[in-house]
Parts: sequence; C-alpha cells; structure tokens
Amino acid sequence: MTLPVFGRIPLSAVFGTLILAGTLVLFLFGPMLAPYGQEDVLGMPFAEPSAAHPLGLDQNGRDMMSRLLHGARMSVGVSLTAVVISFCIGVPLGFLAALRGGWPDLIGARLVDIVMSIPVLISALVVLQALGSSLPVLIGTIALLDSTRVFRLARILAQGIVVMEYAEVARLRGEGLWWMLRREILPNALPPLMAEFGMRFCFAFLFVAGLSYLGLGVQPPFADWGGMVRDCQQGILYGLYAPLFPAGTIALVTIGVNLVVDWALAGRTTIQGENR
Amino acid sequence: MAWLILQRLGLGVITLVLVSMLVFTGTEILPGDVAAAILGQNATPESLAALRQELGLDSGPVARYLAWASGILHGDLGQSLANRQPVGELLWPRFGNTMALAGYAAVIAVPLAVGLGISSAALRGSFFDRAANVVALATVSLPEYFLGLLLILFVSVQWGLLPSLADTWSGMGLAAWLQATTLPMLVLVLVTVAQIMRMTRTTVLAVMDQPFIETACLKGLPMGRVVLVHAVPNALGPTINVVAFNLTYLIAGVVLVETIFNYNGLGRFMVDAVSKRDVPMVQAAAMVFAAVHVVMNMLADIAAIALNPRLRHPRVKES
Repeated sequence: MTLPVFGRIPLSAVFGTLILAGTLVLFLFGPMLAPYGQEDVLGMPFAEPSAAHPLGLDQNGRDMMSRLLHGARMSVGVSLTAVVISFCIGVPLGFLAALRGGWPDLIGARLVDIVMSIPVLISALVVLQALGSSLPVLIGTIALLDSTRVFRLARILAQGIVVMEYAEVARLRGEGLWWMLRREILPNALPPLMAEFGMRFCFAFLFVAGLSYLGLGVQPPFADWGGMVRDCQQGILYGLYAPLFPAGTIALVTIGVNLVVDWALAGRTTIQGENR
Repeated sequence: MAWLILQRLGLGVITLVLVSMLVFTGTEILPGDVAAAILGQNATPESLAALRQELGLDSGPVARYLAWASGILHGDLGQSLANRQPVGELLWPRFGNTMALAGYAAVIAVPLAVGLGISSAALRGSFFDRAANVVALATVSLPEYFLGLLLILFVSVQWGLLPSLADTWSGMGLAAWLQATTLPMLVLVLVTVAQIMRMTRTTVLAVMDQPFIETACLKGLPMGRVVLVHAVPNALGPTINVVAFNLTYLIAGVVLVETIFNYNGLGRFMVDAVSKRDVPMVQAAAMVFAAVHVVMNMLADIAAIALNPRLRHPRVKES
C-alpha cells in the first residue's frame, strides 16, 4: 500500500486515529478505569450528572460512566472477535476458490450469492431464533454471515492476481499451493483487505450494538453499549440525555473507523474524475 | 433485451426457491429437538409429544420443507405457536405498515438524494459539493437509534412538534398517520440519502468523463443541458441499482427504526417472534423480508436493462 505521506495527514484522519486509539484504550483498560462495578446500584434512577457520577445514573441507578467503560470490552470485543474469525474463514477459502477454480469455486460463489440475497439482519434473527442468544452464538453468527462478504472480496482480488505475469511465472517455476497463497496472492491482496477489515469491523460493531438494542444481542448482566441505549431509552421522554451517551459513543467509534478507512482508501484510489 | 429480462425473472424465481430452503434450514439447525428447546425446562413428555406432532417433527426434514413451501404457495403461512392464530392474518397487516413507512421514506429520500447527487456532480468542487460530501459522510456512519433519539429529544420532547411514538391504527386519517410517522420517516431518510447521493454523484461523474460529454460541451451546449440530457440518462442504470440497494436496506433497517418509535411493522413483529421463539412466525417473516429483497433487486436489474440507452437503441452491426 502506498501510504500517504505522514507529513500531510488530513485533519479528519488525525481525528479518526485519535478516536480509534481512545477506543483501544477503553477496550483494553475500560473495566480497570471504571470507578464503580457494572451492577452496583448507587442512587435514584436517572439521577442527574454530579461530581461523583459525571454522566449521571441509568434507569436502575447504576453509574453511567462505569457501565460505558465496562461495556467497551463487550461491544468492541464481540465485534472484533467476529471479524477476525470471518477473515480467518473468508480469506483462505476465497483465495483457494480463485486459485483452484472448477466446481468447488462455482458452488462456493453461488452459495455466497444466495446467503447474500437475504438481508444480514434477517439471517441473523433466524439463527438467533433457532439457537438462542449467547456470546458464542452471537460471535459465530456474525462471523459466518460476514465471512460470505469477505470470501467474495478475497476471491475477486485473488482472481485478479493469479492472472498477473508474476503469478504466472511462479506457477511455471513449479511453486506449490502454499507458496502461491503466501508469497504471491496474500501480499498483493493485503491493502484492500486491510481497508475491508476496517469497514467490516465498523459493520459488525454497529450490528452487535443493533442486535443488543433489539434485546437479542449481548444479554444482561453484561453491560454493552447497544443494550444500554435500549435500557435507558425511556429517559429521553423526560428530556434526559442518558441514552444519548451510549448511542453517541457508538456513533463516535463508527465515525472514527470510517474516517481512517476513508483516508487509507484515498491513498490508493481517487474517485473517478476527481482530479481532472 | 426481452430475453435478458426473462433471464433475470427466471434467476429471481430460482433465488427465491433457494432462499426458502436456506430460511427453512436456518430455523431448524438446532442440535437436537426443536420442541424440547422451545418448551425448555417446563417440558413434560405429553407436551413434548404434542408439540412434536404439531411441528410435524415425526416426518423427515425434506417432507416438512415441502409441506411448508407448498403451504406458502397456497398462501398458508402456518399457525403461530404462541396463540394458535394463522400467521398470515397477523403478518400481512404488519407488512402493510412496514411498506407504508418505507414507501413514505422512499418518496422523500430518492428524489432528494438523486437530485443532490446530480447537482453536486454538476457543481463538482464547489462549496455546495464539498459541504454535501461532509454531511453525507457524517450521517452515513450514525446508527439509527442515535439519530432517532436526537430527533425525539429535540423535535418531540423539547419543541413538542411531533409525537415521539409512532402509534398507528387502522382507519386513522392520512393527516394523523403522516404526523405519527414523520419522525421515523426522517430517520430512514437520513440514513439512506447520504449513500444514494454519494453513489449518484460518482456514477454521474464517471459518465461526465466520457468523450461524448466532452463533445457536447465543445458544441457549446449549456452545462445544465449537458448534465440532464446527455449525462444523466447514461448514469440511470447504475443509479437505479444503488437506489434499489438502499431501498432494500431501508426495508431491513426498518427493524431498528420500528423499535425506536414503537411502530407496528413487520420488523418488530419478527423481533417479537424471535424472542418468543415462535418458529412459524419467524419463518414467515424472514421469508417475506427475503422475498422483498430478492424481488427489489430483480426489478432493479430489469429497470437498469430497460433504461440502458445502449440496449434500447442497439447499434446496427457494421461488418
């Protein structure tokens, strides 16, 4: 990837990187930074922000800021795990399909097309209905559904690479499958896959939060941002800002990822007709 | 061209059949027994046997799928496990509500987004173009509930302009209906406009770089005419695909929006069915959502073929 020169990082990318760094800190150290436990009831429901509770209390009188900090690990962790798994499934299979071709490739591609012709949320709801919502099911469902998108991209990328001269030369040299995957395809497919990773994470993050908001994602007693929005949503009707804190945090993280991905993509592709 | 369109229709039907198989397997992938899982710890041998009988678990999966699929083809969606009512009776009114809300949003969002996209392509690099781009980037990454809660907080709680809950009932007047559904409509418009606008801009710009547009410019045609008469017809096909993609998103994204505003649509219907683990209801709702998705994409493909100037006026072969 031709990384944009570091001296000329646009302001939006700096902003995005800062948000991502903050998210990472919350993910790693959030629960340690929290002044109270995620289940501790400390006062009246929906108490106003005060010195002891900078963001106030939620609908059960729990400290909003502590729950946000505890929830970071759940919200970010679930989506990150799911995306990592989906790449571990989608990328090797996509590469193999492109490299081998033939009927396994065709069947894989058609199967993915069919899965993708159902809205993701609907497929996820069907699986959650059958298996019930637990963390492994949640992660597995998102990872599998997401891997179809990753498979498709990896396959298209690899198809473009195997017809290049250098791949041809490697094949003529008699290199094996492993070499082809590891030394020819992977390095050349890496930059677009990295950008895709960012976008997939963004999607999975919103998706987990959305499912939790519907009450079908991360289950109590664990705090997670989507579920927190759902829990204190009634507060908004009394003009309280309570549900806006978790919802705003979710929005901020997605914006951060989008800004960074946009910047990474801008280094490689310009929008058609942009610089005429 | 007619052949191409027929091909798409056939493809759509095949996809629907495969999707129905997938939905059916999806609801029945439980390791072990669906009946036991539904009843949980309250299962007595008698209730288990009764439920198994009702779900038709005595027969094999293929036979069950065929019975279910032929039921759908005859308009019979099965019976709800929770209250023994026919699923169709419960589902279709909710589906109508969802389509009404999605339609209301689409009527506003599509012309607005396409118009904005074309204007920002025509005014490329201007302040308007850049401002539209920044706003689009911002709204495209905001979750529905964040936008929804902000709107509720300001529009309905602080300014008291519109109701915060989208309560609708059959037989309510159009004015009342519009008032109840305007906030959810606004959220749907906000999350779809940005995407359609950016993609429209990109496709129009791609066409604007073609030689025939340069010719039109060099002929001395006014910019507006170049964009509207020469560029837009050629950009319509891809734009329709983008619009269709976003409208299908609208129909699935409606699930969250319906929950925010407590709207009686198919999305909340499905979420409720999932939390009650009511298999026939989930199957039917998933099938309806998937069918809408497949049909919309098929229609978009067909429209793109029908509207493509190159396919409509095939060049006479010179040999």
